[in-house]
Amino acid sequence: MAYMKRSPWIIHYDGSSCNGCDIEVLACLTPLYDVERFGIINTGNPKHADIFVVTGSVNEQNREVIRNIYEQMPQPKVVVALGICACSGGVFRECYNVEGGMDKVIPVDVYVPGCPVRPEQIIDGVVKALGVLEEKRARMKSGAPAEATV
Amino acid sequence: MNLLYAVAFIILAPLVGGLIAGVDRKLTARMQGRMGPPVLQPFYDVGKLLEKEHVVVALSQNYFVLAYLIFIAFSGALFFSGGDLLLVVFALTLAHVLLVLGAYAATSPYSFIGAERELIQLMAYEPMVILAAAGFYIATGSFYVTDIAAFPRPLIVLLPGIFIGLFYVLTMKLRKSPFDIATSHHAHQEIVKGVTTEFSGSTLGMVEVAHWYETVFLLGLFWLFFAWSPAIALIAVAILYLAEIFIDNATARVKWGFALRSIWAVTLVLSALNLVALQYFGGL
Repeated sequence: MAYMKRSPWIIHYDGSSCNGCDIEVLACLTPLYDVERFGIINTGNPKHADIFVVTGSVNEQNREVIRNIYEQMPQPKVVVALGICACSGGVFRECYNVEGGMDKVIPVDVYVPGCPVRPEQIIDGVVKALGVLEEKRARMKSGAPAEATV
Repeated sequence: MNLLYAVAFIILAPLVGGLIAGVDRKLTARMQGRMGPPVLQPFYDVGKLLEKEHVVVALSQNYFVLAYLIFIAFSGALFFSGGDLLLVVFALTLAHVLLVLGAYAATSPYSFIGAERELIQLMAYEPMVILAAAGFYIATGSFYVTDIAAFPRPLIVLLPGIFIGLFYVLTMKLRKSPFDIATSHHAHQEIVKGVTTEFSGSTLGMVEVAHWYETVFLLGLFWLFFAWSPAIALIAVAILYLAEIFIDNATARVKWGFALRSIWAVTLVLSALNLVALQYFGGL
């Protein structure tokens, strides 16, 4: 049965975001957008989460944190990079301390650009991530590793 | 006949408890002006948890959580088959101690704080639950749930203090604000996830199902106060649960010290007054 798509729990991590995207993530939880309609819960605990929603770019200080959170999540899991900084580093990509987008550290499944991302885009991105999550679950069930590219 | 009730509880309680949890989440969302998840959402959640990879921090936590589920189901089954209320109370305590041991099994600071807070919760509500059993005994002359349920007079009239005290504690037992200090439901967070921080996948699913069992058992306990008329009892229990949802949404979480002090003060004073009054003016 595919319960995976009906109950995606997210963990949100603010890399070195300016807080613009993070405010929009929280806006998704408010009555106007209410992502709990889709069973989405913001857990704040990697061990309970299915979707890793990450904002901001990778720098020297947070790369270990990002990898640590990612590795603590049980399979199947997907990563959604929210905002242009998480996708590629954005305007900060040339900075001396910025390494680039999230895909420098962990495999990213869905890229959602924008500065900041609009709540509608976030919901769109998460719904797209649900498809990937379901794919990974099916792959896991058939005995193969959840991640296609290792 | 009694065994039949026990089996019925073990099979039906997760369904009823899950539905109650679903209605709870829907009503909570409506109170906050949101649409809310589907009523069957708690079942989707547990179904999802069973599909996840089984990550275990310490092997012993599996056994502790499984034992927690079994003892919660056991104490509920014992209650609904009309067993000894004192045994039910102590089996329930044992179940929660097993959950605490499961949380301690993983050497994680978050899980430790959650476990300590769960112990504080046990300390806070346990006197009230035992006093409630004592109150039922003084009023009806029996610890057996069958006899208490068959008592011809409305127990709510004889035990109003015990009733209010138990209702005060119910908030903590259902893990609702302002007393959700060990862990909470919904999107609230409490020191990561408190006592359940280190549980994931099917282990977390078992904790959820145990909570459904416990919800049904607790509502059954309140049923006893109105057991002389099942129609009134059903309405009363529904109103009690609605009141809990309202309290959950209308209050903020308090510090553990205040939770402990206020619960002891309210429950011990009310139930002591109730028991003394019952000794001198009514009862047997």
